[in-house]
Amino acid sequence: MNKKRPVNLDLRTIKQPLPAITSILHRVSGVALFFGAIFMVYVLGLSLESPQGFAQAQEMLQESFLAKLIAWGLVSALLYHFFAGVKHLIMDAGYCEELESGQRAAKVTLIVAVAAILLAGVWIW
Amino acid sequence: MVTSITSFGRSGLYDWMMQRVTAVILLAYTVFMIGYLLFNPDLDYNQWRGLFDGTFMRVFSLLALLSMVAHAWIGLWSVSTDYIKPTGARFVFQSVCGLLAFIYVVWGIQILWGI
Repeated sequence: MNKKRPVNLDLRTIKQPLPAITSILHRVSGVALFFGAIFMVYVLGLSLESPQGFAQAQEMLQESFLAKLIAWGLVSALLYHFFAGVKHLIMDAGYCEELESGQRAAKVTLIVAVAAILLAGVWIW
Repeated sequence: MVTSITSFGRSGLYDWMMQRVTAVILLAYTVFMIGYLLFNPDLDYNQWRGLFDGTFMRVFSLLALLSMVAHAWIGLWSVSTDYIKPTGARFVFQSVCGLLAFIYVVWGIQILWGI
């Protein structure tokens, strides 16, 4: 393989069709989840530590706007990453890899994820 | 010439497989946790603690935690290798990720076995 092939990964210069957008969002949500897990593990630890800790975690997620926003953001990232991941597994199995079916799968992924994220918002608030 | 570039295991194929296996474990854990929280809106401390007290849940949670760390490492390695071209910056980013992953494992075990 010729190693000098031109490679362009500069995202600002690439026109992104729908499947590319689902892919980059999958990456962005994945990175966000890895760092956001600090909050998730913190809340899990607090809620399991003692009855007071549980009450504190509960109060935080019921009263604090910021905590709710962080929780919704993380749940959104999780849900998006989840559905985009399922799409990935479906594609690994050899489906939805053609131009048309790929576009359709990307569209379905985005619609399902947006619906789930809105429902999660209702759940949290 | 075949150059072997790998982020986690013995080969790219092994990483690819690891990424899928851990993904399925995380999928199961996510469905379980969201389902549990949805079906128990009036959760109290004793019930919550009782859930994590059982061996099954400890094993499942630790499995999910280790899967998350491996899954995230492979993903973050790929992303940072694609977008962070200067070696020094990439090294720093990947080191921070590795350190945080290690902290998650220790912190998680502490939480799971501390109750």
